[in-house]
Amino acid sequence: MTSQPGHLSPRLDEIIADHIALEGPLLPILHAVQAEWGHVPEESLKPIAAALNIGKAEIHGVVSFYHDFRREPRPAHVVRICRAESCQSQGGRALERDVKARLAGRSDVLFEDVYCLGLCACSPAAMVDGELVGRAGTDEICERVGA
Amino acid sequence: MKVWLSQDAAARALGADRVAKAMVDAGVQPIRTGSRGMVWLEPMAEVEIDGVRHAFGPLVAGDVAALMADPKGHPKALGPTDELPWMKGQTRMTFARVGVIDPLSLDDYRAHGGLKGLEVARAMPPADVVEEVTQSGLRGRGGAGFPTGIKWKTVAGVEGPKKYIVCNADEGDSGSFADRMMMEGDPLCLIEGMAIAAYAVGADKGYVYLRSEYPDAIRIMRAAADLWNRERLTPDFNVEIRVGAGAYICGEETALLNSLEGKRGTVRAKPPLPAIKGLFGKPTVVNNVITLAAVPGIMAAGAATYRDFGIGRSRGTIPLQIAGNVKYAGLYEVAFGLTLDEIVNDIAGGTASGRPVRAVQVGGPLGAYLHPSQFDVPFGYEEYDAKSALVGHAGIVVFDDTVDMAEQAEFAMEFCGIESCGKCTPCRIGAVRGRETIARIRRGDMTAKPLVTDLAETMREGSLCALGGFTPFPVISAMNLYPEDFEQVEAAQ
Repeated sequence: MTSQPGHLSPRLDEIIADHIALEGPLLPILHAVQAEWGHVPEESLKPIAAALNIGKAEIHGVVSFYHDFRREPRPAHVVRICRAESCQSQGGRALERDVKARLAGRSDVLFEDVYCLGLCACSPAAMVDGELVGRAGTDEICERVGA
Repeated sequence: MKVWLSQDAAARALGADRVAKAMVDAGVQPIRTGSRGMVWLEPMAEVEIDGVRHAFGPLVAGDVAALMADPKGHPKALGPTDELPWMKGQTRMTFARVGVIDPLSLDDYRAHGGLKGLEVARAMPPADVVEEVTQSGLRGRGGAGFPTGIKWKTVAGVEGPKKYIVCNADEGDSGSFADRMMMEGDPLCLIEGMAIAAYAVGADKGYVYLRSEYPDAIRIMRAAADLWNRERLTPDFNVEIRVGAGAYICGEETALLNSLEGKRGTVRAKPPLPAIKGLFGKPTVVNNVITLAAVPGIMAAGAATYRDFGIGRSRGTIPLQIAGNVKYAGLYEVAFGLTLDEIVNDIAGGTASGRPVRAVQVGGPLGAYLHPSQFDVPFGYEEYDAKSALVGHAGIVVFDDTVDMAEQAEFAMEFCGIESCGKCTPCRIGAVRGRETIARIRRGDMTAKPLVTDLAETMREGSLCALGGFTPFPVISAMNLYPEDFEQVEAAQ
């Protein structure tokens, strides 16, 4: 489980120290921050920027560019249903519609768009709380988030 | 009892871990391998019977007890794995060990020919290694098809104390999963290929840039890199795994380099080529996973052996990734030259739905849709180019007759808009306007058609990279080959 943000130090200092010697350390740091707090907290940006000697605008540019980095705390469940062509050919669009309809109103479920999970030979595919599901069905996805 | 069980992400997504647990509970410890590529049989296990590996699948946990008691008589017995038609029809050079060995066992790797290519390479002067790769005819398997040897020669020819080998493992094309399967099934082969490249061009550091959507591949590649570095297999070259952050554009090599440097993954204008000014401004080889993983086999067997396979200027083998609405989906490595008819109707067995095949998209979201009337085209770079189509990463996605090609065309533009890095106008704005304009056609406004054709030309000619430049392929192919789908007027406006 991820820890609560608010008091980022000294954990943030450790994360920075663990990665600062890498070539191009920013993405590894942001991944580690997100692994720790479930998102990239706003208050982490200034210390990271200072440690890397880059501007806050630059770090904001990077965080906002990549789809993976969340700015808001992550709810209990994250559901990613593949939206790409192979899954479309096997009913992916209908699956996404059905699951979203079934889980409408569940504020503890976050839907994230994903384009290809590399499971194209067992489409449609989904990732529920980090676990991959091949030949995914509405029931199976909903069961995994307790619905 | 010797038992192998796939731990490929697709097998796990279909329940392989539950089968593994049942085996352990029954007192058998399976050797977890990559996938043999027959995904419709996953989770698939193999049991050694009289010294021969026999296949069983698709398994559920409830099958295990009976399987362990009497493998030969089990209803899911498929016979010797190598005798299955799917396996027999292939020429497995790059994927020879995938699904066969424990991916993280150096002993297993060595016993199946691993490190031989590196040994052969290191016994030659570096320039001869470059020449050997050039002579093999190997071209970039990521999609661009650029001759690998020529790229290496450029990097080798640049003076400088610091050079890099970067493996592009940002496999984002829908229908493609060969990189993932290679990294999960034979990660040391990829690193060996990188080490040979490093020796050939004089680099001492390698990065694998791996997409975050592949958690299993990340875990296995990290373990393999640790193993390689720890065992000091190449003391003068080490390798590090870096994880992307969900940006399709980072599969474009210059965007990938920016991302590795910790920047926004925007495309760089070329020149300068990455071979001359690449990662951190240093000469850099950027190659796809399959390109690099092909190299150890080429060095071990000799360029001529590899070159003897294929057609025209497409030499060697290509791991076809057969996906979407097909009966038999999976990875099939074969010499270039098969027709789409052979791939879709014979190997893949037609659609899973049993309905007629209507369209096949080859080469990912930037690849053209092909109509059954074009199914005689042989699989090769120039052959596809002549049809305004793309081999790309050899992902093949099959659609049945329920597909709405206008919806697919609109999606192509939508995807480009979502993933555009924003650097160049034709892609950034063109994709958004393209989507809107195709939506107009879908609402019945036929005057929008010439606008799409015109916009497609602007994007093709004016974009910095393949995202904006190739998005017109699926759009225009859909409009030209399926005009009837662009005539329909939706009921209410």
